[in-house]
Amino acid sequence: MSTRTALVLLEPTGGALSEVSAESLTFARHAAAEVHALVVGADASTLAEEAGRLGATVVHGAAATSGDAFSAYAPAAWAAAVVAAVEASGATLVLAAGTPRGNEVLAHVACRLGVAMAANVVQVDGDDGGSMVVSRQVLGGTALEEMRLTDRVALLTVAGHACEIEPAAAPAAAEVRPLDVALDPRDLVVRVVETVAGEPDASGALKSAKVVVGAGRGVGSADGFKEITDLADLLGGAVGVSRVVTSLGWRPHHEQVGQTGSRISPDVYIPCGISGAIQHWAGCSSAKTILAINTDAEAPMVTKAHYAVIGDLHEVVPAINEELRRRRG
Amino acid sequence: MDVLVCIKRVPDTGGAITLTDDGMGVDSRLLGHTVSPHEEAAVELAVQTAKATGGSATVLTVGTDDSIEQLRNAVALGCTSPVLVEVEPDRLGPADVAGMIADVVRRHEERGTSYGLVLLGNDAADTGDFQVGVRLAYELGRPVVTGVSRFEVDGEEVTARVESTDGTDVYRLPAPAVLTVMEGGVEPRYPSVPGRMKAKKAVVETVEPTHEPVGNGRVRLKLPPAPPTRVEILGEGASAAPAVVDLLEKLGVAR
Ligand SMILES: Cc1cc2nc3c(=O)[nH]c(=O)nc-3n(C[C@H](O)[C@H](O)[C@H](O)COP(=O)(O)OP(=O)(O)OC[C@H]3O[C@@H](n4cnc5c(N)ncnc54)[C@H](O)[C@@H]3O)c2cc1C
Repeated sequence: MSTRTALVLLEPTGGALSEVSAESLTFARHAAAEVHALVVGADASTLAEEAGRLGATVVHGAAATSGDAFSAYAPAAWAAAVVAAVEASGATLVLAAGTPRGNEVLAHVACRLGVAMAANVVQVDGDDGGSMVVSRQVLGGTALEEMRLTDRVALLTVAGHACEIEPAAAPAAAEVRPLDVALDPRDLVVRVVETVAGEPDASGALKSAKVVVGAGRGVGSADGFKEITDLADLLGGAVGVSRVVTSLGWRPHHEQVGQTGSRISPDVYIPCGISGAIQHWAGCSSAKTILAINTDAEAPMVTKAHYAVIGDLHEVVPAINEELRRRRG
Repeated sequence: MDVLVCIKRVPDTGGAITLTDDGMGVDSRLLGHTVSPHEEAAVELAVQTAKATGGSATVLTVGTDDSIEQLRNAVALGCTSPVLVEVEPDRLGPADVAGMIADVVRRHEERGTSYGLVLLGNDAADTGDFQVGVRLAYELGRPVVTGVSRFEVDGEEVTARVESTDGTDVYRLPAPAVLTVMEGGVEPRYPSVPGRMKAKKAVVETVEPTHEPVGNGRVRLKLPPAPPTRVEILGEGASAAPAVVDLLEKLGVAR
């Protein structure tokens, strides 16, 4: 049993605890004896109950000693808050979600504390209090690396879906403690000055869709997408594509699924003319059911799928659309 | 503005991967090699910036002399004066790589080339450490933004754009700075014939690493167990459509 105190950097969304932060808190509880949380740029008291339910005993609410420095995201300032919270809590383990901001802030913290950081950790393999071995995703999630962390403070970001969110055995509201953070002007040089909503995360619909119709090189051309988008519309779903499709300019990048695109977890994923390269698989493997449509019965996407239709997508997809329309009358 | 862009040779693993016997690396003997899509975008942005500002786009990698292939590819796309920090990269950690890049930046500065921007990929396709750019910025005492998909340079001011769940986050920061690039904001170009000719002739500056690496804490790599083949073939061609729709109805997604 670990004797560590863990500090979890929360990433609230719209005043509530995000799913990834709930996962980080659950993960921390399995890895440490006591869990503290840190909130920067949001009201700690509104999160205390939820954080407590997930096992945090203390929530530190960061406030800059001068001004409203935390009102906009500034990675170095957030890192300064984490360092202050490490001192206040005595934590020897710091966790954040493996999100763009989680990875960015902890990388700053690693530089400030002069310690190593492990990104996208899926489990703790062992911990003797001084040295900790973790498994983390490498090669886009196709392999795991066992990494040893030996510094006085171990830093890690938690990979998405590394654990199931689970309330604590004896949940209680966490105690809220204000945390004064003295900032250097240099910590605010890099700061979000504006957020342009214009195209509000174009990939949002894809990430939250219950059904995603995938399309790869097999579609053949930008003009070949009509039947694909029709199928997505008929099922009330979204279109997701392979990198071949975006690099050929057939569809915009925000539709790309994979290691360097979006990670999706729909109820049903229907990849059409996608071979199932590992970098694509990294983005779609959490789909509950996969139905592949491919001319090649040996394609990795077919062998990894739950269901498949072997054939030319330009014949199969229109036939499915026709059948859907027919049954609806 | 003079720009330095840092790339990494990684195995082009489309299918299953095999580990080396000691479990410390990927057996890449039968694989092609490439750079991450993030770095392809970084190279494109470096070349565009050099062109727009009348500066240069220098390309650098840390690795064995095999990586000269990736350096030459970048030269074919418009980069110049390729630099190889020659070292076996497998035992290096992110702090080592950042330190080695910083040394080159400082040495080139002594020679009269000051980089207004250093660009890297957001994360390497193989090790996925998500921190080399930030560590480099701290080494050099420069501001850094990660995950940038597009940016503009206006004199000494850089406006960088990061796609987030709420929209596009805009940062404004002074050069010299470090940016890590996320693919999606620009379309990488294809090499031209004169570009390829230039690449063949380019002289690679090879430098020795200046310090002993601290390492990456790697104990070993392991592969998750391969999922058993579970596929049920619903049919072939258009005649499978009724079976597909039956399934979609059963799954509750064909309203
Ligand atoms: C570092 C790195 C990151 C990457 N990130 C991503 C990523 O985020 N997302 C991603 O998708 N890729 C990514 N890739 C690229 C990836 O390796 C593959 O090249 C890509 O996914 C292949 O796309 P595809 O399946 O559309 O094309 P192919 O691999 O060419 O497959 C085409 C498939 O279509 C089938 N087909 C052809 N014609 C038909 C037809 N008429 N009807 C039905 N089936 C047909 C073929 O049998 C084949 O299976 C990355 C690569 C690297 C190196």
